[in-house]
Amino acid sequence: MSLLNTVLLAIDGTAAAGGAIGAGVAALAAGLGIGQIGKGAVESIARQPEAAGDIRSSMILTAAFVEGVALFGVIAGLLAVVG
Amino acid sequence: MSCKRIFSFFLLVLTLSVASLPAFANEGAKEVKEGEKFNASEVIFGHISDAHEWHFFTAGDFHATLPLPVILYSPTKGVSVFSSSKFGHEGHREEYEGYRLVDENYKKELDAKGMAAADVKAIKDGSIVAADGSKVYDFSITKNVLSMFISVILLILIMTSVAKKYKKNHVMTAPSGFQNALEPIIVFVRDEVAKPNLGSKNYVRFMPLLLTVFFFIWINNMLGLFPGGANLTGNIAVTGCLALVSFLVMVFNGNKHFWGHLLNPPGVPIGVKLILVPIEIISLFIKPIALMIRLFANILAGHIIILSIVSIIFIFGKMGANPGGGFGFSVISVAFSIFMFFLELLVAAIQAFIFTNLTAVFVGQAIEEAHHHADEGGFDHAHSNEEIIL
Repeated sequence: MSLLNTVLLAIDGTAAAGGAIGAGVAALAAGLGIGQIGKGAVESIARQPEAAGDIRSSMILTAAFVEGVALFGVIAGLLAVVG
Repeated sequence: MSCKRIFSFFLLVLTLSVASLPAFANEGAKEVKEGEKFNASEVIFGHISDAHEWHFFTAGDFHATLPLPVILYSPTKGVSVFSSSKFGHEGHREEYEGYRLVDENYKKELDAKGMAAADVKAIKDGSIVAADGSKVYDFSITKNVLSMFISVILLILIMTSVAKKYKKNHVMTAPSGFQNALEPIIVFVRDEVAKPNLGSKNYVRFMPLLLTVFFFIWINNMLGLFPGGANLTGNIAVTGCLALVSFLVMVFNGNKHFWGHLLNPPGVPIGVKLILVPIEIISLFIKPIALMIRLFANILAGHIIILSIVSIIFIFGKMGANPGGGFGFSVISVAFSIFMFFLELLVAAIQAFIFTNLTAVFVGQAIEEAHHHADEGGFDHAHSNEEIIL
């Protein structure tokens, strides 16, 4: 416990570190999420090439939603660093 | 165009962008003294924040700034209207008619006068305060307000010019000129966004709202991407008002079925109802809040990323003994920022579409008619009283 205390006292500006780590985790989550969307889309197109147009637009729409959520996290991290 | 010509064209664009970068990127406006570190966060927040003057660029010692009108109302002093240039230039702000423009020098003064550090930090940079501390209501035309006026005028010009063509030719002639560009978009909003979500009977009522929201957000997103443009949709107050409009339309169009399902979900035991109703009420408010934050965060993050990529050039330039590091990195930085600009163009359109789509979905949920439930025999008598029994 005291080791953790000492380490935390030594880290001046923990808020900034927390914000940066949070933004990094948000980027990680966005990468994972959008990667899975892409995977699903590409596999579906492979199964049924005629539906490629529909699948492509659904993929872009869903990716925008996931990106939005990840950017909530980035903004929160930014606020932690600046505020 | 052959592949080789496309590549040469791209290389030309890239080289020209590197050459013009010092003028674009050097909008820091602060005179950076020799040996002083480049303050990236100051530059970035200076670009994305609202301000009482519109700073386009800085070329050496010349600051291309447009001072904007300041309109203040104070219960003690009455209405004051003056140009923000009366406050002096950046770095040397003076008092005018008892009002001060807050910047770090003013904050240092307050600190010296003995105000608590937390109070000093709470005062927003760039806002206007009364020198004697009385209440001031700020109705100024700031950068964002002027940008909104410009985009509104642009929208009105585009739309009325196309509408006049329809009035003149009626709908019997083929579209010409700009109609060709606008019609597919409007038809897209009608067929992919309005009709599926609002039903073919009711969608006409809401088309003006959906089209306005779509084009307003799209045009403002794109205007914000210009170097020297204002960051309108990346301001949470603006997206908050847009989300408020959607929320009010949703609430005032909600029919009995909608409110019934919200406050008294049918076919639910009382225990679950106690948990479900608060959740439903929270979800009613979460919808516009999510709309607000989604648009704000996407556009703001895009702007910050592009500004950060360009700032890295200057950080690297100041880091070593000579600015060669900055010059060297500028190639990568420009390439990356071109990619980010393309992505931001895509995001501009997508976020406008998503805002419009979700507004249509929420309003559609509010105006939905009650659907029929099957009776005990499993027959859904909504369609026919004579079901075929096999």
